[in-house]
Parts: sequence; structure tokens; C-alpha cells
Amino acid sequence: MTELEIFRLILLTFLVVCAAASAVSRSMLVTVIIFMTYGLVMSILWVVLRAPDLAVTEAAVGVCITSSLFFVTLRRLNLIRKRGEEDADSEEGK
Amino acid sequence: MNLLTVLGRILDNYEECAAMVLFAIGFFMLILHRNLIKKIIGMNIMDTAMYLFLASIGYIEGRAAPVLEDGAADPALYINPIPTGLVLTGIVVSVSFTAIMLALSVRLYRRYRTLNLDDIYTIIREERK
Amino acid sequence: MKKGSKRPSLRQLWQDTDLDLSRIRPADPGDDDQVRWEQAHARRLDAAELRLFRRAYPVLCVILCLILSTALVLTVAYMPAFGREDSPTNNEVAARYIEGATAEAGAVNAVAGMIIYFRGFDTLGEAHVLFSSVCAVMILLEVEPDRRRLRRERAEDRLYDLTRDSVLKEVTRVLEPLIFLFGLYVIFNGHLSSGGGFSGGTVIGAGLILHAVAFGFTDTERFFNRKVFDVIRVAALLFYSAVMLYFFYTGANDLDAWIPRGTPGSIFSAGFILPVNLAVGLEVACTMYAMFSLFRRGRV
Repeated sequence: MTELEIFRLILLTFLVVCAAASAVSRSMLVTVIIFMTYGLVMSILWVVLRAPDLAVTEAAVGVCITSSLFFVTLRRLNLIRKRGEEDADSEEGK
Repeated sequence: MNLLTVLGRILDNYEECAAMVLFAIGFFMLILHRNLIKKIIGMNIMDTAMYLFLASIGYIEGRAAPVLEDGAADPALYINPIPTGLVLTGIVVSVSFTAIMLALSVRLYRRYRTLNLDDIYTIIREERK
Repeated sequence: MKKGSKRPSLRQLWQDTDLDLSRIRPADPGDDDQVRWEQAHARRLDAAELRLFRRAYPVLCVILCLILSTALVLTVAYMPAFGREDSPTNNEVAARYIEGATAEAGAVNAVAGMIIYFRGFDTLGEAHVLFSSVCAVMILLEVEPDRRRLRRERAEDRLYDLTRDSVLKEVTRVLEPLIFLFGLYVIFNGHLSSGGGFSGGTVIGAGLILHAVAFGFTDTERFFNRKVFDVIRVAALLFYSAVMLYFFYTGANDLDAWIPRGTPGSIFSAGFILPVNLAVGLEVACTMYAMFSLFRRGRV
């Protein structure tokens, strides 16, 4: 296997691990951040697959815009809390 | 085809195999989680897995990206540009779709104060009685 | 869950990732939502008919996913080998698009020539999808009949406002001209190297979003208000449709379409690809900023 193939294999494994991690993570904020990493590694994979248009578009659209939409929606749905509110919540839960 | 040939051919195209595994993970997130936002993230993972599958069809070993250098318009020097064009459209359409789904979930939350689809169905059924 | 307790089982992990109703705080006492929330909470605990469903559903999901993923991965074995040049998808269409990229479309970037010249109608449809998605999100989020809830949400937004953050302001003052310049560069060089209307437009839209986050929406409305947004959006789409209409007309009546090709390699070349890239870029920039603004404060 050439080095490029090993590199592609590592990137693909990282993609699968990122997708599985965003499926099982508990906090919504962490899920969206791992999803951003997934998009970024996908963008690197497009460069390796010789498609630079896709790389720029995925990095700009898929990572930036989708993630900022998710963050703004999470804010709107009260799923991101500041540090004081989180402590208050965990005390209520106990 | 016996099992060994099948396994060998699967491991030959590991890009497409990884794309199918990602599709299955995204589908799993879509149907298993009850939280609406996780379903939308699962849908996005399915979308990007399909783009990986499509664009890996156009790759040819040892050839360059389809930007013509010095006017050399010989198709034997570049990869296949058609799947790239298809995926470019798909990426932008997928973000519009995600935006509409997120807007719908914001409206659902405002109306029913929950993001769990089972509970929303229960409330609707109770309200109809 | 307390820290230091034993590791959660798979079922607990699944249940914990979901939104627990007991963790959403209802807004005010005596609110309409409060009643609905309590009803939903009570019903969730009581619904006996859902209990069997809740126990069987994860198992069925796992079985279905395993069947689906096995079928999909087995299909991969029947696909042509990866990266070979005698694959059946590399036929004469791809050869024609690469050979005709400079000769017919006048572009150096074969992908840009393909999506705007050879397959221009697909990209026209995509621009229309962007336009209608902003219209749909406007319909969903701009109409809010409950004024109390609107006022409450706006008060909460002001709590999380970032315009008093001076580090962000200083960094944005330095970075923002570079971002806009880079976005314009990517748009204008869409036919010469990789990039094009979509990525360049997104970079410009991201610059607008950064300005709105750092300096506030009121400051962004000095140069990008609702009227400017409407005019740019509609004009860009109309221009692209007019260019395609021209090609439609000349193609249907067997006339020769006049395309100012220019010398390949310079910026003002490649016929209509540069103006179309500009129109698509402006459309995408308006779309991205509008989505962010609609989610953040309910209007563009």
C-alpha cells in the first residue's frame, strides 16, 4: 500500500469514528462540535480525491454554515446553557 | 461469487465501503434517537456519506484535478469531472434542507415545548379528543 | 446522573442522550405552555400502550440497521473497482466536457465550465432552491402571533449578546476586510481555478454573519438591510434566468449564441461564466446571512 492509500484509510477511519461518536455523545453541544470535525475531515478527503471545488464548498458550506445554524437553533431551543445554569440544573436533578 | 472474492472486492473499494458504513450510522441515528436535533444530524451524515460515495466514482488513479493546465485539454490527464458537479449541487441543497428542518423543529418546540416526537403525537391525539 | 457512579448501560446511554422532559424549564407560571408541558409530562409516564412500543423499538431498529448495512456493504462488492480508468462511468461525455471546457465554454476550470455552461440548468435549479428555502424559513420563523413569547425570547437573546466583547470586535476589524476580499477573489477566479460562485458566496455570507455577531444587527443594517437584501436576491436570480433564457431561445431557434469567450486564462474571459458566478455568489451570500438572521432574531 502506498502512503497515499494509508492516509486515505486513516481519514476514512476517522470519519467513521467521528460519526459514531456524535451518535452516542450526550450533550448536544458536543454532538454538533464533533459533527463539525466530521465535515472538516470530509473536506480534507475531497482534496485527496482530487476534487478541490468540493473541498472548498464543503469546508465553507458544510462545516461553517450548517454548524452555525445548529448552534443558533440550539440556543433558540435552550439546549446550550451557561455555566451557572448547568450547575443549578444538576443540583435540581439530584 | 464465494465469500472470499466478495470480501476481497469489498476491501478493494474501501471508500465506497466506508461511505455505506457512514450511511448506516446516519440511518441508525435517524430512526433510533428520539431527540429531533439528533435525527437531523443523522440525516446530514447520510447526505455526506452519499456525496462521498458519488464522488469516489469519478476518481482515477494517477490523474490530476480537472483544472486544465496550459490548455492541455486531453481527457486522459484528468479525472472524471461529472460526479464532482453533481455533488456540488447536492452540498448546497443539503444545507437549505437542514435549515428548513431546523426551522420546523423550532416551531414545534414553541408549540409543544418538547422535542420528542412520541410525546408530540400523544399530545396531538389527546387534543383531538 | 452523579459523577463517579458505575458506567451506564447501553440502554441508559440511549435514554440519556434524548431530551428529558423534566429538564426543560417552562417559562412562566400560568403560561399556556406550562399546562401543555405538564400534560405531556404526565402522559409520558402514564401511557401504558407505549410501553411495549418503547421496549420493542430499539431492538427492531438495530435489526433493521444490521440488515440494511449488510445489504449495502454487499452491494459494494459488485461495484467496479475503485480508481481504474476502464471503469464504465468514464465514457465519452466526460471526455467531451474536458475537451470542450476551453474550446466551447472558455473556462480553465473544467468543473465550473461544466456546471455553468454544459449543465447550466441544474445550477439554475439550485439557485432557485436556495431562494425558495429562504422564503420557506421566512414563512416559518417570521410569523409569531404570541407577543409575550417574542418579547421573552428577545430579552433572553440580549443576555447572550456578544457586542460588548472587545476582543471579538478588534479581531473582526482586522479580519473582516480580508474575508470579504477572499470571498470576492474566489468568485472572480471561479473559472480559472477551483472555487466558484458557491464557495465564494458562502465566504462573503460568513463575513456578514461575523459582522452581525461582533457589532450587532443594527450596525449591519447600516449597509445591508431588508431592502438591499430583497433587491440583490431577486436581481441575481432574474439575471441568471435571463442568461439561461437567452441560451434557451438561441438553441430552440437554431441561432448561434454569441458568447464573448476572450482569451482563456485572463479574468474577463469565459463568456457568461463570470457574471453568472457573481450572481450565484451574491444569491448564496444573501441566503446564508438571511438564515442566520432569521434564526437569531426572527427577521432578516
